[in-house]
Amino acid sequence: MLNNEEVLNELKAQFGDKILSSKLDYDTLIVDVPSNSAYAVLEFLKNQPSLKLNFLTTLCGLHFPDHSGAELGVMYQVKNLVSGYSLRLKSYFPITNPKINSVTGLFPSANWMERQEYDFFGIEFEGHPDLRRILNVDDMDYFPMRKEYRLEDGTRDDKEDKYFGR
Amino acid sequence: MSTANSSFEMYDNFDGEIATLNLGPTHPATHGIFQNVLKVDGEKILSSEPTIGYIHRAFEKIAEHRAYYQITTLTDRLNYCSSPINNIGYTMAVEKLAKIQVPKKVDYMRIILMEMARIADHIICDSVIGVDTGALTGFTYIWQWREKIYDMYEEVAGARLTTNMGRIGGFDRDFSPRFHKLIKEFIQDFPKAFEEFNSLLERNRIFMDRCIGAGPISAERALEYGFTGPNLRATGVDYDVRIAHPYSSYEDFDFTVPVGVNGDTYDRFTVRQEEIRQSFKLMKNAYENLPEGKTHANVPDFFLPPKQDVYSKMEQLIYQFKIIMGEVSMPKGEVYFPVEGGNGELGFYIQSDGGRSPYRLHFRRPCFIYYQAYPEMIKGSVLSDAILTMSSMNVIAGELDA
Repeated sequence: MLNNEEVLNELKAQFGDKILSSKLDYDTLIVDVPSNSAYAVLEFLKNQPSLKLNFLTTLCGLHFPDHSGAELGVMYQVKNLVSGYSLRLKSYFPITNPKINSVTGLFPSANWMERQEYDFFGIEFEGHPDLRRILNVDDMDYFPMRKEYRLEDGTRDDKEDKYFGR
Repeated sequence: MSTANSSFEMYDNFDGEIATLNLGPTHPATHGIFQNVLKVDGEKILSSEPTIGYIHRAFEKIAEHRAYYQITTLTDRLNYCSSPINNIGYTMAVEKLAKIQVPKKVDYMRIILMEMARIADHIICDSVIGVDTGALTGFTYIWQWREKIYDMYEEVAGARLTTNMGRIGGFDRDFSPRFHKLIKEFIQDFPKAFEEFNSLLERNRIFMDRCIGAGPISAERALEYGFTGPNLRATGVDYDVRIAHPYSSYEDFDFTVPVGVNGDTYDRFTVRQEEIRQSFKLMKNAYENLPEGKTHANVPDFFLPPKQDVYSKMEQLIYQFKIIMGEVSMPKGEVYFPVEGGNGELGFYIQSDGGRSPYRLHFRRPCFIYYQAYPEMIKGSVLSDAILTMSSMNVIAGELDA
């Protein structure tokens, strides 16, 4: 049975200072890594015989406009189906150069998930076989889940977000 | 068409061995708005290119602008064949975030409703597999039981399809006397009707010939494609969130997780049929052992006070106002909470910055993740099997497109 401490020690032994930070939130281990080593860490988590976190539960984009230099990010949640152990990996990068390696080579299920996050956040997954918009129309010229895009139609001035929440 | 040349060109096109066929977006056989551009050689499918997003409604964006209690109604519209599972799953995710402990009675009520929703979901899927193989009778018979389940939803939540069921912390009221009457009738009469429906299809030679071997996938590929739920179990992997990460007191009950062998349409059908029996057993056990007690946790920050108190007590008036306006703050942090939805692991990832609405809400939608395996599953099969494969995967447009 895996536990958070052992997994973290194993990660630190393998990657050293590439593990930028780690914390426990609601009993889940959350590890931050630089965007250029996210692929390597996921590969290690997947293939290391003692971990075998080989099921990609989900991945999603994140946007923090206040974190300058690391505005956009991706959250990966990987899991060992046998023991049920889950780990969350996060990786941030600047919005001016939103690039991260695609993990489709490790997890074929990441294909559409990455297309979705490209569609909504404009995150460019390098090495993705078919990086196109998936839920929105192809000729959309903005990324709607980024925080600066208003909920209501931006072309109308009679509708403001403050009337619909924050 | 006017010259001989152009009509020859026309014939040239028809002589081409590979034809392009648009299956959808609005095709009666796809049970929803899906487009597939197929390359076919006669009836054989060479490749398929799915286009999705026709009913995308930006729920993740809308959720960032709504108070927590207002998001339940968005989750209805994900898998609208089993809305209560989505509602209650979301509610439980928020409860995990806010560290709310609900009474045992709420857990059991939730199990009853979620298993009822699973029965309704699987009834729809299995009877539609029958329709797509040409057996309309079973569908028309069994759908009245789905209606009976919807009658019970109506008693609990006031709505039939998009139920918006439950509250953060429990239920707004106890089961009504009419609900008790309906569920007793259901428990008494459903097994006979269901076995009758089952006997129409399960060992029916024509049905078996159509389904066995249609749209198969191996366990390895299914796991790589992120399959969960009945579709994964049909390949032989016994992963069920109710067992792996018990929530809502599922650990109190004894039930089995059926698995298939070949991962084809027939296995998906039989796995769902057995799950209906297991869900019925769970629902019956939970109903018969329903504990006494309150139907909501003691969380005045989330739970609307009784109306007579709002009119007579200052504190209750303040709570009423704060809840309705959504001015309830949440702890900071992030949670991922999975439930076993009708189609698999339905996960809610909430990132909270302490404000009135989630900073980021992400739905792990099982349909969206496994539908990407569809081109691989139908490659090389005939067109009619492609339709059958899609209905046996139970791809729900609402969940696919969010």
